[in-house]
Formats: sequence, C-alpha cells, structure tokens
Amino acid sequence: MTAGTAAERLVLGIETSCDETGIGIVRGSTLLANVISSSMEEHARYGGVVPEVAARAHLEALEPALRAALTEAGVTLEELDAIAVTSGPGLSGALMVGVGAAKALAVATGKPLYAVNHLVGHVGADVLRADGTEIELPTVALLVSGGHTSLLLVRDLVSDVELLGETIDDAAGEAFDKVARLLGLPYPGGPEIDRAAVGGDPKAIRFPRGLSLRKDMEKHRYDFSFSGLKTAVARWVEQKRDSGEEVPVADVAASFREAVADILLTKALAACADTGVKRLLLGGGVVANARIRQLATERCAAAGIELRIPPLDLCTDNGAMIAALGAQLMQAGHAPSGLDFGADSTLPVTTIQA
Amino acid sequence: MLLAIDTSAGTSVAVVDRDLGVLAELTELDTRRHAEVIGSMIAEALRLSGVAVTDLSGVAVGMGPGPFTGLRVGIAAARAFAFGAHKPVVPVVSHDAIAFGATEPILVVTDARRREVYWSAYSGSDEQGLPVRTAGPGLVRPDDLPGAVAGYEGYRRVDAESVSGASIGLLAEGLYLHKRAFAGNDALYLRSPDIYVSAGPKRVS
Repeated sequence: MTAGTAAERLVLGIETSCDETGIGIVRGSTLLANVISSSMEEHARYGGVVPEVAARAHLEALEPALRAALTEAGVTLEELDAIAVTSGPGLSGALMVGVGAAKALAVATGKPLYAVNHLVGHVGADVLRADGTEIELPTVALLVSGGHTSLLLVRDLVSDVELLGETIDDAAGEAFDKVARLLGLPYPGGPEIDRAAVGGDPKAIRFPRGLSLRKDMEKHRYDFSFSGLKTAVARWVEQKRDSGEEVPVADVAASFREAVADILLTKALAACADTGVKRLLLGGGVVANARIRQLATERCAAAGIELRIPPLDLCTDNGAMIAALGAQLMQAGHAPSGLDFGADSTLPVTTIQA
Repeated sequence: MLLAIDTSAGTSVAVVDRDLGVLAELTELDTRRHAEVIGSMIAEALRLSGVAVTDLSGVAVGMGPGPFTGLRVGIAAARAFAFGAHKPVVPVVSHDAIAFGATEPILVVTDARRREVYWSAYSGSDEQGLPVRTAGPGLVRPDDLPGAVAGYEGYRRVDAESVSGASIGLLAEGLYLHKRAFAGNDALYLRSPDIYVSAGPKRVS
C-alpha cells in the first residue's frame, strides 16, 4: 500500500490518549495542520501524568484546538472527507473525551468516522514527512514514549501490523521521569536527563540492560523492562549519598541514558536481523532524546539498515498522525468504524481500526 | 429546537421543542458505557424526531454534578456537536432538570460513587415554572446528608438514578425564554482530581 494511489482524502484527526490534545488535518499524505495543546505543565509538580488532570484538560482544550486546526489548514468542516479518532490504547478517561467528541462531530457534520490505533498512528506519522519520500514496507518500528515501549513489525500500515514485543513494566519515558526525580531534576525527565548527561561518561557506571540475559532473550526476546534499571540507579545513588559522597549527576545521567538507548536499539536491531527486514522506523516522544537518535543512526549505519525518524513534532502524540492513518484507511477502501466502538485502554496493535 | 444531552448518571439524549415538547428521547441507564453509546444515541434521537441538524437552535447539556469520566463524555459530545453544527451550547445544572416541575420543596440526591452522593435543595418552582435551587449542588457521605442540608426534614427527598435529556432540553428552553442565566461552562465535578504530591522518591535499599 502506498499513499496517493487513491484520491487524497481530507481528514481531521483527534488524539486524546494521554496528556496532549492533538487536532491534525491532512490531505492524503500532506500535512495541513498539527495543533497540540499539552497539559504537561499541570503534571509537572506531580512528577508524572495524572490521568484525571489530563482528561479535564482535554475537555477544555478540544474546541479551541479544533478551531485553530481548521484555521491553520484553511479548510472548513464541510470540506472534510472523514474524521479519525484515537480509540486506544491510552488512558481511559482521556480517550473517552476524544471518542465522545469525535462521534458527536461526525453525527453533526454527517462525515464518516474512523476509530484508529494510537500506536499504529505513530507509524502512520511517517507518511507526512515533508521530504516526500515514501515509507517502504515491511519495516520494524520502535515506538518509545512515556506510556509505551513497543516493537512492531509493520507489513502493511492499514492491514498487517504485528506486535513483536513491548515493555513488561514501565515505559522508557517513565523510567526517564523516575530517574530524573531521584536525581532531583524536574519533570519531564527526558530533556532533563539529556541536559544533565552533557559531559558525563556513559561508561562510568554499568547499569543493567533489562531482559538481555540469555534466558530472557529466549522468552522475552523483543520485550523490554525498565523497572529494574530504575531501581539499580536508585540503589547506586543511595549508596553514594549514604557514604557521604557527592553524586556524579552527569555520569549517572549519561550512564542511565546509555543503558536505555543500548537496550532499545539492541532489541530493535535484533528484530531487524531476525525478520530480515532492513528498515527501522522510530516514533514516540522519547525519540526526541539526542542519544537515542545518535545511537540509532550509528548502529543502523553499521548494520546496513535504513533508519527513518519522522519530524519530532510528529513523533510526540499528535492528531495529524491519527488523521494520516485515517486517510490511509479510507484511501485503501476500508469502511468507516460506525458509532458503536468504545475507548479501549489496551487496544492491541493488531487492531489497526476499531 | 434543541438537542439535549446528559451523562451525569446514565446517558440520555433528546430532541425537544419549546412548543411541540419532547420529539424524541433515548435513555441508557448503564453508567459505564457513555462513550460507546453517545454517538448512536444522538443519531437515533435526531432520526426519531425527524429534525435536521440545521433546524436545531442549540445543544443543551447537563454539566453535572456527576462522576467525572462519564460526565465529561456528554459535555465533550455536546461541545463537539455544537461546533460541528455551528450552534451554541446551552449548559444547565443536571440536578435542576430533575427538579424541573417540582411544586414543593425537594432534595435531589444522585449517586457520586465512592460511598458519596451529590445533592441539591429546591424550594419548588417560580411563577415561570422554573426550579428554584436554594442550596447545592454539594457532595457528602449519605449519612452526613441531614447535617449538610439546612432544614433537611422539610424536603421531600428525590433519589434519581438518571437525568432525563428531555428535561435538560425543556429546562434550557425555559431558561432561554425567560432570559435566565444558564449554568457556567465548567463541568461540576465537585471533586478534586485524585492527586497526591509525592514527598520524594522512596528508598529502594
């Protein structure tokens, strides 16, 4: 399946699965608007996303974001061919705001509605890249955010996505937030760890790589675990503090970040090697992390794997990727989802459209 | 003509007209399926009423009080529908719709989950037939209700399981006709988000 084979559809996408209210508008694989209203600052003092705070913020942000997106795209609701919405996975209460709004908007405008998978949406974001190069399939996709750490094999964006593995405990982004906290750094942790790691030695401390032991690689070959890593960092920092030594924050941050980047890419490249797929796509907010991008570039080059990273504002949660996936589904002739689907916090990636 | 939505208890959707009354009303009592049913119920209410979206003059919505997850679905739907139809939203207090038509002092009580209830007290209706709320909405444990409501014994207590979309709509029509204030634009959660500011990371060793 490629973009542009059918008439390019004008689709508005609604994303409310976590703490960003995203409204995007695309025409086929062309990005027209990408409005994101984030409640991140409201979560900062709690050190992580508070689901109820996020859901309340969606309710207030939705209409202004819809208005702004239509203005940015220079289109009217009447011109739309369809509406797409994230129906899962994500935070239930947050998802329900988008689902309820999308259904009502679809009935009011008489437009068909596509309920789509948030994680597949992250892969779909790649069709919107401005350089116009088309995504080649199959590809392995590594999606890393505050809520997800998943490794997918995408054979067809609208009909064939396989989950190879995912985190069995914390998401990678969550680990960044938790380690930042124990180093006394603010939320969100990713950029803070990146900053703190400048000048640090990534080899100073050998923190564990979760699920990388031989027995784990048999049972959990493509799964991730970051809970043990976080505890290892906490223990190391506590020992330093208990013995009255100063904590070398730069070294801890660099070594922790290295452990995360290393295990993410080791497993992603193993998936490429095992499946014979010479392409890797990165997505999710944690891709903003400089070291992860750098290591991905190095290792993919060494292994002869083509690396694709969508623009960063399309890597974090956004409505444009949801619109893009909706457009791809529509252009491929898929029927709309109807009005009876629910918000599904654990929607599997194999369910591309609900 | 108004589309009216309430999800403060179950889900109720109606189409009403000031002169013709209730043109259609659908109610789902299940308090955990708001997001699933809201779209089809709006579409079905419009179909049954035979009213076109363009013929509506607005969208009335119950702003609560109600448990937050469900309450938000109706408000989000009302706002999005109104945006899509280029019509205004008319927010009303959900309890006021239950009290609509009362001829004596009543105490409206609805389930707030977590062993608490929402309440509002009304002295009855005014000369226009609109409910007169004298206290509330509030949130208490059921046992504390007599202490929380001044003159508790003087009210007839009305425990409601659902809020009628038709009542929401007709109340909104009445408020508009008599130039009364609608409810505010804030959802009446009456409860803070469940958050606890951490005292800092716990030791692991």
